Amino acid sequence: MTTLFDLCSLIRSKNAGPFVLTFDLMFSSKENYERAKRSRPLTKGLLAAIYCQREDDITLVYHDHALAIKASMPRPIFQGELQDGDCYGGQQYVPLLELEVV
Amino acid sequence: MEIRVLAATGVLGAGFKVESLNRGIALEPTFIACDAGSTDSGPAYLGSGKPKLSREACARDLRLLLKARDALKVPLIIGSCGTSGRDVGVDWMALIAREIASEERLHFKMALIKSDQSKAYLKKRLAEHRIRPLFPAPPISEQVIDSSHIVGMMGTEPIQAALAAGADVVLAGRASDSALYAAIPLTLGADPGLSWHAAKTLECGAACAVVPAADCMLASIRDGHFDIEPLDINARCTPQTIAAHTLYENANPFLLTEPSGVIDTGQAEYQARSDRVVRVSGSRFRAATQYTVKLEGSQLVGYQTVVIGGIRDPYIIRALDTLLPKARAFFDARIADLFPGQLTSNDYDISYRIYGRDGVMGPLEPERNSTPAHEVGVLITITAPTQELANKIATFVSHVSAHLPVPEYHGIISSIAYPFSPPELPRGAVYRFSLNHVVEPDDPHEMFRTDFVEIQP
Repeated sequence: MTTLFDLCSLIRSKNAGPFVLTFDLMFSSKENYERAKRSRPLTKGLLAAIYCQREDDITLVYHDHALAIKASMPRPIFQGELQDGDCYGGQQYVPLLELEVV
Repeated sequence: MEIRVLAATGVLGAGFKVESLNRGIALEPTFIACDAGSTDSGPAYLGSGKPKLSREACARDLRLLLKARDALKVPLIIGSCGTSGRDVGVDWMALIAREIASEERLHFKMALIKSDQSKAYLKKRLAEHRIRPLFPAPPISEQVIDSSHIVGMMGTEPIQAALAAGADVVLAGRASDSALYAAIPLTLGADPGLSWHAAKTLECGAACAVVPAADCMLASIRDGHFDIEPLDINARCTPQTIAAHTLYENANPFLLTEPSGVIDTGQAEYQARSDRVVRVSGSRFRAATQYTVKLEGSQLVGYQTVVIGGIRDPYIIRALDTLLPKARAFFDARIADLFPGQLTSNDYDISYRIYGRDGVMGPLEPERNSTPAHEVGVLITITAPTQELANKIATFVSHVSAHLPVPEYHGIISSIAYPFSPPELPRGAVYRFSLNHVVEPDDPHEMFRTDFVEIQP
């Protein structure tokens, strides 16, 4: 099984301001990027399910020059709220690492 | 036309190599700029007005930049002073600049642009329906305005006005990072799309270089394109790293909103000029029909005391889900008993975060029900209306948490290992972000105030 982790040189999550969580998946080659662009391992529906969001609230784009997939969504818990355990949003990408790429 | 823009580093105080700056100076930049703030480190800086980075770290960078500016006789623009860009942050940076000027015998005209927002002004605009939420904004009311410390994020216009009035050094409050770098190119008549895209790429310094670093970058904006390169001769950037920088900390890499419009990088082309220089063309700027200024607000939540410990016993780890709710019920009763009439259950919060189980992702943790770890870390957070109350509650929370009634055991045991004495750590005031809105002002200047100071050695 090939995973997103296998095809990417960097997978990260990050704040895009205090209220938005954003994911960058940088592929390690054009070939790997094109493979993911064809088979679409990451969908709005899948992200909505993993992060308990509404599908309509998710942005998902393919960036050909950056060889990257980018997804953004409302932060499941706003940055700095008492329940927030990840101030920088930096460790929220982990459920994406092992997603299968056909 | 060629405008050379020198970005010192991603955030003033993070540092940069002296050799990189010297290389930049030798290339005779049109001006030097650096951002000094962010909301990325959380609401505490805007709430408290305290800077994130040390005075020594900021002074080190500022000294080198003031001397470079003096040698070149070009403008220096620093934005979002003191992390939050609050007025106190600008004053703090101004004091550092004065001391450096005195020590280095520098002379310059300094503009201080303040961005704290008056509650009366914001309430007026709110009543006029000229404050709009940005998705996913929390609800806003006059009460939110009254209880928050709020800054407006300036665009290029107040910076351009300060420079037009003869400022050599601009210390700005909260400002769009890109505006610091776009202000002068736009004044000089450079293409808006290229100016803004170059600015957006420069705003994190050499974060878009290979290897990413806190260091200097240079963009040369010409007719039809800009070239960008790291000033460390051993660093590189590639079309992919420059294109990828539009992804960083933004929701949408193709449409980047600024006060005066939207940077559209959808048609941008990235081309390697050498193994370390990238040429960018095709960027567009779509001017907005309505100018907007983003508001950032931070609100006091209370005062916090934390307790840190660890659990090694598998029987206790397994029983936590039943033990912790019992402990909470006990705390509610104890607080009602000790502070009658002073605290209701809405006034305080006692939370357990179990590292080794779901400490990082909480309820979203996909492996929440997997085999328990052999050891877990426990972070207990007590939040109350005053530090004194948080400390007092924490003393019995830590005590009771260390003597949980584990079903397998008869008699008292210590159920949490505490590394510290006392285990309770007062953390001070805690804040939350309260605004994610934009104001529609009458003009780009009305929310900002500029003072000029002639600095003599």
